Amino acid sequence: MGIDLEPVIGLEIHVQLATATKMFCGCALSFGEPPNTRTCPVCLGLPGALPVVNARAIHFGLMIGLALGCELAPRSIFHRKNYFYPDLPKGYQISQYDEPLCRGGSLAGVRIHRVHLEEDAAKLIHVGTSGRIHGSELSVVDFNRGGTPLVEIVTEPDLGSPGAAREWLELLRATLRALGVSDVNMEEGSLRADANVSLRPVGSTTLGTKTELKNMNSFRYLERGVAAEIERQRSIIEAGDEVVQETLHFDPSSGAITSLRSKEEAQDYRYFPEPDLVPIATTEAMLEAARAAMPELPAARAKRFEADLRLSAERAHQLAFRSELGDFFERALAAGAADPVTLANWVGVELVARTGEGDPAESAIEPSALAALVTMLAAQRVSVNAAREVLDVLVAQGGDPAAIVAERGLGAIEDTAGLEATVAKAIESDPAAAEQVRSGNPKAIGALVGAVMRETRGRADGAEVTRLIREALGLEAGED
Amino acid sequence: MSEILALSATAAAAAVAAGELDAGELFEAYRARAAADQLNAFVWVAERAPAAVAGPLGGVPLAVKDLFCTAGVPSQSGSRILEGYCPPYTATVVERLAAAGAPLLGKTNQDEFAMGSSTENSGFGPVRNPWDRGRVPGGSSGGSAAAVAARLAPWALGTDTGGSIRQPAALCGIVGLKPTYGAVSRYGMIAFASSLDQAGPLTRDVTDAALLYGSMVGARDPRDSTSLEFPGTIELPQRTDLAGVRIGVPVELSGEGIEPGVLRAFEAALELMRGLGASVEECALPHAPHALAAYYVLAPAEASSNLARFDGVRYGYRAAGAADLMEMYTRTRHDGFGPEVKRRIMLGTYALSSGYYDAYYGRAQRVRTKIAQDFAAAFGRFDFIATPTAPGVAFELGAKTADPLAMYLNDFCTVPMSLAGIPAISIPCGLAPPPGGGLELPVGLQLAGPAFSENALLEAAYALEQAIEFDGSAPNEA
Repeated sequence: MGIDLEPVIGLEIHVQLATATKMFCGCALSFGEPPNTRTCPVCLGLPGALPVVNARAIHFGLMIGLALGCELAPRSIFHRKNYFYPDLPKGYQISQYDEPLCRGGSLAGVRIHRVHLEEDAAKLIHVGTSGRIHGSELSVVDFNRGGTPLVEIVTEPDLGSPGAAREWLELLRATLRALGVSDVNMEEGSLRADANVSLRPVGSTTLGTKTELKNMNSFRYLERGVAAEIERQRSIIEAGDEVVQETLHFDPSSGAITSLRSKEEAQDYRYFPEPDLVPIATTEAMLEAARAAMPELPAARAKRFEADLRLSAERAHQLAFRSELGDFFERALAAGAADPVTLANWVGVELVARTGEGDPAESAIEPSALAALVTMLAAQRVSVNAAREVLDVLVAQGGDPAAIVAERGLGAIEDTAGLEATVAKAIESDPAAAEQVRSGNPKAIGALVGAVMRETRGRADGAEVTRLIREALGLEAGED
Repeated sequence: MSEILALSATAAAAAVAAGELDAGELFEAYRARAAADQLNAFVWVAERAPAAVAGPLGGVPLAVKDLFCTAGVPSQSGSRILEGYCPPYTATVVERLAAAGAPLLGKTNQDEFAMGSSTENSGFGPVRNPWDRGRVPGGSSGGSAAAVAARLAPWALGTDTGGSIRQPAALCGIVGLKPTYGAVSRYGMIAFASSLDQAGPLTRDVTDAALLYGSMVGARDPRDSTSLEFPGTIELPQRTDLAGVRIGVPVELSGEGIEPGVLRAFEAALELMRGLGASVEECALPHAPHALAAYYVLAPAEASSNLARFDGVRYGYRAAGAADLMEMYTRTRHDGFGPEVKRRIMLGTYALSSGYYDAYYGRAQRVRTKIAQDFAAAFGRFDFIATPTAPGVAFELGAKTADPLAMYLNDFCTVPMSLAGIPAISIPCGLAPPPGGGLELPVGLQLAGPAFSENALLEAAYALEQAIEFDGSAPNEA
């Protein structure tokens, strides 16, 4: 057993911006159109064509800089990053180098190194069995994606575990989504993350040799890939060998990590200032526009949910970090839901169980309908089980909860005498359970409650049923 | 026929406007000559006149350097790697001139990607100088210059990166204007060095240059981020004296390395300027001798990147039968580019390499700044700077092809203005025999002014032109 090692992780994130047009030309962004139908002389790199900067992309870049607490450069410039590849039509990528749009800043304690603008590459499709360029019969290029605006966000190596990396990236995604600057969908590639990973002895302040893990396309793969790389480095170090600086690929299906290129093979990109563009001068008007467009960010929203609405930290976090849930919750609250905590639980548990990863606003349910349902629940005019059934209908078909309750006969049984009769019948038909409850086994009451609920088709209030059973068995109401 | 050819472009436009000349007849007169071109000045000639467009340019047909993109018409920048390439769009400046009434007559030969000073680097064979077909027309806009000098075209469009309009204009005895950087849109110009390239007119006289240039500038082009709105409009020059005009003659660019015959013609022109009322004094551009060295770092650096797109993937030449991607790239570029282009790509790639960037690119940029400051200081005392345009008259084909440095020295007097981004015009100022003796050949005089001083520059050049009374007709080509 050697010295204790701790991981040091930094992230490099590429975000496709949700502008109307590409970074340097007027082509609309592409969402699965037929190949090479969203192209023009500029994004095809035709001879003589020149780039023109998309002002909206700069606006979004400044908003991101503000959200991350960056220093916004009064003047920044584009550079050319030169290398040959078929997905790069000009033979260089227009990016930013030593004068980026934003520097510094932090998000949830993780320091931001820089934020800069650049253009996305086109998409290569390799025809043949391998699906990769080596061994393919031919490769074709779809330039629809080429020139899509990208923001690159680089963190300092401030993350200490794969889980922390994942959690931070989820916060970043929520933040970017709240800003409305990107679809931030990892599976579709509008959010892409590379991780720089190194190990060092616990307590050391010098960084070990890092490797770069490329393009993990889900939060789960990021976490798993980084964990696998940490283990790989740990075994190298523990065997007395040295980690080699290289760029790596993580294959999520096999868990294997393979080398893409070593430091010696690293390209010389011959960066130089892009002579076809003039510097970006960030004017006060541009800054004001960015500030004016800033929404409440997830961290602040979670705090507000906790402090003002008394939600649990976990629920506040959930609703704030999935801004579509937070938005639905707040709209329902505004429509007059009785109790924020119950409403939040219904959004965070019941609604999410029905709408999954999707945006509930895109299902049939109106926020006002959920508000009405939760209000009925709080007034015990509907039972929890009945409310769940109503929610099924609302999500699938929409409508008014009161009408659905009436139509389906789901209203709570408020007739205590009738309910007492049902309770008596349940005790009579299961004397063994009744005896166990009497003799102090509180769990046995579940069978009796279940019988009553079956009988009333879930319309009875569970708490009321429990109270009546205990009363009928001569037990104190409050005891359990 | 020869009466039509004798008209300047401005005179022809006026005749068309007055109903004295039919635009179709005018087009055909030049079209027939361009089609029968024996100088290799044209690489493509229109088969017929496009539909007439009324405008200030009067339907006077325009020869356009190959590197301007013209929709559906070969635009090859003098390179085999773009042989037969027909772009889907037209360069802004060609569009503007067509809309102003200058229809496309043909595309003119040039040094490959505008890299050269003799047009011998063309992938489509050298251009011959109409004054002596054994000699070069200069370059890189040699096809445009030769076509205008030989009256194969009334006027032409060229581009100038380090002298590529002015030097061939000088060697062919015509007028060439390199505008202020940014005054003319570069959209659709196949780039050589983006921070230096500018389109400009090559014409028989200064008035024609003013008329054509007036329709090249105007509102800034939203498709070219580096383009600028021209302040005001270009007026046809009227001035016949130079009273009160202060001319500075930089010692660094008007002595050593200039052929004696060129110097004599240049000095005679300075005397004429004095006679017209100008004051002519020596001035200093202390960093100008370093301009060529800085230029041959910066221009190749930008070129190495600009020419990366010629990779065989999407258009132009692709080497057949390559086993893999790398082989396709290397063979395509090996076969498609000529030797001078490869030399500059290698120079530029080296200058931008990690570890060398500061020593080459960074230092060259600092020299560029110093040169611009030299000019700014000089323009505090002088209205214009005058130099010989080229250090010599037209040289024989093949004379400098084996010696790149000797070839590069052709741009010694023109490169400083390019680096400073200021306008400069070359006008013929007389004839001089070549160093080895022989028929006298044209000599050019260059006048340079501050940014956006084109109107004043054209006025001064016009006044001098009237006094010089240069006979622009090349022998044997009338």
